[in-house]
Amino acid sequence: MNFSRSMVLVSSDPESVRRGADEIYALFEKEIAARDMEGEISISRLTDTGRPDAAPIVVIYPEAVVYGPVNAENVKEIVEEHLYKGRVAEHLLAPTRELSGRIGWLKTRKGTLPAEKRIVLRRAGRIDPENIEEYIAEDGYQALAKALTGMKATEVIDVLKESGLQGRGGAGFPTGLKWSFVAGTQSEKKYVVCNADESEPGTFKDRVILEGDPLAIIEAMTIAGYAVGADEGFVYVRGEYKLAQNRLENAVKQAREYGLLGKNIMDTAFSFDIHIHSGAGAYICGEETALLESIEGKRGEPRSRPPYPTTEGLWGKPTLVNNVETLANVPPILLNGGQWYRQFGTPSSPGTKVYTILGNVNFTGLIEVPMGITLREVVNIYGQGMKDGATFKLAQTGGSSGSVIPASLQDTPMDFESFRKAGVSLGSGALLICDENTCVVDLALVLQKFFKFESCGKCTPCRVGTGRIHEILTGIVEGRGTLKDMENLDYLVDSLTRISNCGLGQTASVPINDVLKYFRPELEAHIKLGVCPCGVCPMSAPVKEPAAVA
Amino acid sequence: MTDRVTLTIDGKQVTVPAGMLVVDAAKKVAVHIPIFCYHPKLGSAAMCRQCLVEVGRPIIDHATGHPELEDGFPRIQFSAKLETACTTLVSEGMVVLTQSERARKGQKEVLEFLLTSHPLDCPICDKGGECPLQNLTMAHGPGKSRFLFDEKHHAEKQVPLGELIFLDRERCIQCGRCVRFQENVAGEPVIGFYQRGRSMDIVSFSEPGFDSVFSGNTTDICPVGALTTADFRFGARPWELMAAASICSQCAVGCNTTLNTRREARSDGQIVVKRVMPRQNEQVNELWICDKGRFAGYHYTERDDRLLKPQVRRDDKFRSVSWDAAFLQAAEKLQDAEKPVFLVSGRLSNEDLFNLLQLADGLGAETLLYTNMGGGDLTGMVGLTSGSNLADLGLGDVILVVASDLQEEAPLWWLRIKQAAERGAMLIVVNPRETKLEKHADYVVRYAYGDEIKTIQDMNKATHKIHKVFAKAANAVIFYGSEGLGLEGSSGLAGACTSLLVDTGHYARPNNGLVGVWQRANDQGAWELGFRPVKDLQVIFDKSEVVYIVGADPVGDGAVRLKKRKPFMIVQELLSTDTVGHADLVLPARAFTEREGTYTSGERRVQRFYQAVPPRGESRPDYEIVAEIAARLDTALEREPGLVMDQLAEHIPAFGGISYLKVSEVVEQWPVINRSELFYGGAVYENTQGLGMQLRPAPVTSFPVSKGKGGLRPKEGLLLAVPVNKLYDQGLTVLSAPLLRERIGELKVCMNPDEADRLGFENGARLRIGLNGNNAKALLVVDPTVPSGILLVPRSMGLPIFEAGMPVLSKVRKKVTG
Ligand SMILES: Cc1cc2nc3c(=O)[nH]c(=O)nc-3n(C[C@H](O)[C@H](O)[C@H](O)COP(=O)(O)O)c2cc1C
Ligand code: SF4
Ligand code: SF4
Ligand code: SF4
Ligand code: FES
Repeated sequence: MNFSRSMVLVSSDPESVRRGADEIYALFEKEIAARDMEGEISISRLTDTGRPDAAPIVVIYPEAVVYGPVNAENVKEIVEEHLYKGRVAEHLLAPTRELSGRIGWLKTRKGTLPAEKRIVLRRAGRIDPENIEEYIAEDGYQALAKALTGMKATEVIDVLKESGLQGRGGAGFPTGLKWSFVAGTQSEKKYVVCNADESEPGTFKDRVILEGDPLAIIEAMTIAGYAVGADEGFVYVRGEYKLAQNRLENAVKQAREYGLLGKNIMDTAFSFDIHIHSGAGAYICGEETALLESIEGKRGEPRSRPPYPTTEGLWGKPTLVNNVETLANVPPILLNGGQWYRQFGTPSSPGTKVYTILGNVNFTGLIEVPMGITLREVVNIYGQGMKDGATFKLAQTGGSSGSVIPASLQDTPMDFESFRKAGVSLGSGALLICDENTCVVDLALVLQKFFKFESCGKCTPCRVGTGRIHEILTGIVEGRGTLKDMENLDYLVDSLTRISNCGLGQTASVPINDVLKYFRPELEAHIKLGVCPCGVCPMSAPVKEPAAVA
Repeated sequence: MTDRVTLTIDGKQVTVPAGMLVVDAAKKVAVHIPIFCYHPKLGSAAMCRQCLVEVGRPIIDHATGHPELEDGFPRIQFSAKLETACTTLVSEGMVVLTQSERARKGQKEVLEFLLTSHPLDCPICDKGGECPLQNLTMAHGPGKSRFLFDEKHHAEKQVPLGELIFLDRERCIQCGRCVRFQENVAGEPVIGFYQRGRSMDIVSFSEPGFDSVFSGNTTDICPVGALTTADFRFGARPWELMAAASICSQCAVGCNTTLNTRREARSDGQIVVKRVMPRQNEQVNELWICDKGRFAGYHYTERDDRLLKPQVRRDDKFRSVSWDAAFLQAAEKLQDAEKPVFLVSGRLSNEDLFNLLQLADGLGAETLLYTNMGGGDLTGMVGLTSGSNLADLGLGDVILVVASDLQEEAPLWWLRIKQAAERGAMLIVVNPRETKLEKHADYVVRYAYGDEIKTIQDMNKATHKIHKVFAKAANAVIFYGSEGLGLEGSSGLAGACTSLLVDTGHYARPNNGLVGVWQRANDQGAWELGFRPVKDLQVIFDKSEVVYIVGADPVGDGAVRLKKRKPFMIVQELLSTDTVGHADLVLPARAFTEREGTYTSGERRVQRFYQAVPPRGESRPDYEIVAEIAARLDTALEREPGLVMDQLAEHIPAFGGISYLKVSEVVEQWPVINRSELFYGGAVYENTQGLGMQLRPAPVTSFPVSKGKGGLRPKEGLLLAVPVNKLYDQGLTVLSAPLLRERIGELKVCMNPDEADRLGFENGARLRIGLNGNNAKALLVVDPTVPSGILLVPRSMGLPIFEAGMPVLSKVRKKVTG
């Protein structure tokens, strides 16, 4: 996929389609192709305009100009005037005062909603990932050269701090700060570890980076090594990612041959080398301390903290652990500066984020967009609308440890701060979009089964608690739920979050917590009425006690 | 940074070394933070999260580097989450709250989680009554569980991890103590976790199952009834048990034990021993004992063939007589003989031996020690002295082990030496074949059988690497054994070792010296009292009129062959041995469980054991029998063991200062073990009855020059039979333990594959071995670690190997049988 300078959105709600939206969509494609602009302009469908009377409408980004109602004859003019010459076709504009209500959001996003903005994925698919020369030809190793030849280690970290980059592995910890922790430790030996274990179900963003642009990670780790004072790095790659492993091995080999890894890199005093470590297959090995245990050859179980890896990590030495996507952001930031990075995303969460979109939308796949877009945008623009005109019910973010986000939070900007404030989590980048036929209890049960299975079993609350939640939910979907279950779920959610040892146990109850918070009536329907409103749960097992009504 | 920090735990101030864990610091001020997975000897695992506490630290003003003050007190910031006390290190000014509402809530919740998936079958659980989970539930748990699950966690309840240890999968709370013990303490990771989450299970990886001589210890530290010994399983309830302090009598280490006893119908209303438990002695066995001590510790004292009455041989039949008659006859016989001979063994206590010595003195009798290992005269001079503790050895020190398969012969020494090596002590293992200790050694020196003395002598040349290592070391200890050696060979080896120690200055001060890996609990004591072995017992038996044999079975061992003319034999024994079968007068002795006494361990530590059960039949303690005989000869000897010890201390310089009072003293030990709480150290017994006392350094001016030959060497076309010690042998003590029978197995002899090829034998072949006129069937094990020309024959496995005083090694005739 290429950079698009503009994006055309054609409404495709039933009313628009009735008035010829499909024809208009096809005409746009034709006209854009006729002017050889396919590479620069993307076309998508847009649902949920909330304005059938103005349909069909066409929205063009980044200006957020709204045309409507548009007919077939207008298409050529819009393409010619707006997209080719850059002039707004004033007379075709939709009356602005009518742009209120459900499509009011469109206007507010003016200028902030470009087509996909690709930073970390900019090379993926465009260069031969097995050829270091192509990498170098596309800015590769310029950032490292800049750091090694013209910057002090502290300056590198300062640029990162200025950029506001936050960890993309799930927790969103400020990356520059983490680097400065490791840099600030006194130790002969330090390590840089890239967390490429990516095992959140439904997430495959790291894989695309690793397979498409492996040297970006190698370069970023080398920069990290220089900045924190480490001379050895490990990439911990999920065991199933064989291609990624091979490409990383190859990248390391080539980098060594080019004097970009090993002793005296670029003829400076700095030396750094990287090992590729194949993961052990368990989900928990993605947790950073379990990952370190696993590299050390032990059973992959999380350690207790403190101490944190930044002070006592791999083999007890200060260790920097960063996610693949986090690292992929580093070279462009160094090259272009912290301020450059801040132009994307929101002030509190600068930059872009790679998401994998899944579920009941028309387009599923990978997107890289600025931080701060909303779920509604993801669904309607990038997902090209709900499938078969279904209604958006919820989204589940970040694989399993992510939140269940109800429609009421659709317009919350997706950045770390806004989400934190709303009490939900952005997670690692998976977005599972669900429609009204999805039963939240069933969804929670599926997630809970995953946690029960993946709990490493080390600590009591998680080992036992994940199983308990699963048991209760099983009872509920089988129609054996009681009101006491709600109470117990409330208790378990609280307890697990508070006293579990690692992130898995502490977040294992997030989905069920969100269900309790946003979908309580639906849960109660299962218990009190003995029915699954979506008709998904079996509810077959005989109800043990007459349903008590509170 | 200072090396001590002061913190406050539940309002109590405590100053402890920096680097200590909060859970341990709390223990110091008697705040017992509940734990399951942590164990002071195993370190943190941070698994159970039972130890959650609130931790606050002073806020440091970055400008001044000092704590910020509020009303003159440091401002404390409490961390947002509860912290695990078993992983949190103490720091200056820290405030720990173990009983705050938040902390208690966390602890309660963890406990509740554990209980919801616990079978709660306390009424039939062996741990019931000494179970940390039970205790903590009483102390901290919720009154009533909020969860009423019909689906209780079900799992297999009786899984043998081997024939000694059983696992109840339902009860296991996945604390990992057992796994960590085997890995970190025993160094034998034969069990481990399998799978994840609640289905995580303990499994054994070895064949036979749970193949470790330390396996029983896991049942003591398992905080629930998940691991139980086959021995004690369903045997009794802990609260019915009485406890008596004892000392293991199975090897020269002298592990401190507690014998748990109970009166029971199955034993005719008698009080019997139900189990052997370790008793803490950080200088000797810490919190552990080996499986031999545990599973074969007392069983031989309960054998059916215990001698119950004095007997005399009349018309070639035994007749019971009164003690009075027996004493009188013994006294007369001894007095009438020209030069009676006393043959005693290291099974006897110091008190028994001292009275025997006194009696022998009065009679002008010859005193002989029954053993086939020499060198005790030297260990008396350059052995370990008061103030020694193997736990003190570490970086800068050196330990050399020669001619001994230490794990088989003295498991706890093996363990302690391994630990010293892990602390940085240089470990040198010198042995003709591979042993388990080598894995932990810095140097392994291999020699051919027969070269043992020369090998050590070579090391003592000033240019030799090992000599230099010794010369540089702060402390040095040598453990020597008798693998492949007889009396003469082992004496020579002890001499060579002594020269090395003396020449490099490692003697007569704590943590330096020579230790004999003796086969019996009190061999060292016997040497200290002056008993010495002879080369040829047969000659003694051939010429003597009266032999008084105490605690030895020379006939059964094949050490003497009784001829038509044999001496009058007074045999003082526990069991009906072959020697008893040929006795003229039989004096039934009490077992160590039925009396008091002291043993002197190989580390020269005098340790006291107490009476645990009533005596069998009319048996009497050895020291008393001797005193009674002496009384009939107008010699007054003490009959109270404590008084005997007083006499002993007066007469034998090395024992100077030792008394029952002294050996019964205790000082606080770390870790603090407390049976009232059980979760910290396990079910191990605390030591309230004495840590023992080490003998003084003997003032020595000159040492015997080491001479003597080593063992024999293999000869062309012949195999050399080499005796080796096995932990589980067919000696009466082990054979009497029903549980260990599978581990003992049959007689297995080992030879090199090339040798076997040459002779046309296959691994597993059944052989008939002829050795000095004795024959036995044996199973052949082909083992590449055995040098060629050698046949390893375990001692006490049914094939007597003449040793005491005889040419040690003999030739083997071999014949294949069907
Ligand atoms: C159960 C669990 C699984 C995790 N899995 C991953 C993973 O697959 N990949 C990843 O990068 N981080 C994962 N993390 C987060 C890491 O622990 C860690 O925060 C991250 O690697 C830090 O990198 P960042 O600061 O660059 O985000 C996981 C955390 C938990 C609690
Ligand atoms: S919270 Fe769960 S995954 Fe994390 S250490 Fe505890 S049992 Fe393992
Ligand atoms: S068997 Fe006992 S010691 Fe081993 S993990 Fe289970 S509860 Fe812990
Ligand atoms: S090591 Fe020796 S003294 Fe200790 S328990 Fe085992 S046999 Fe007994
Ligand atoms: S977590 Fe501290 S004792 Fe188990």
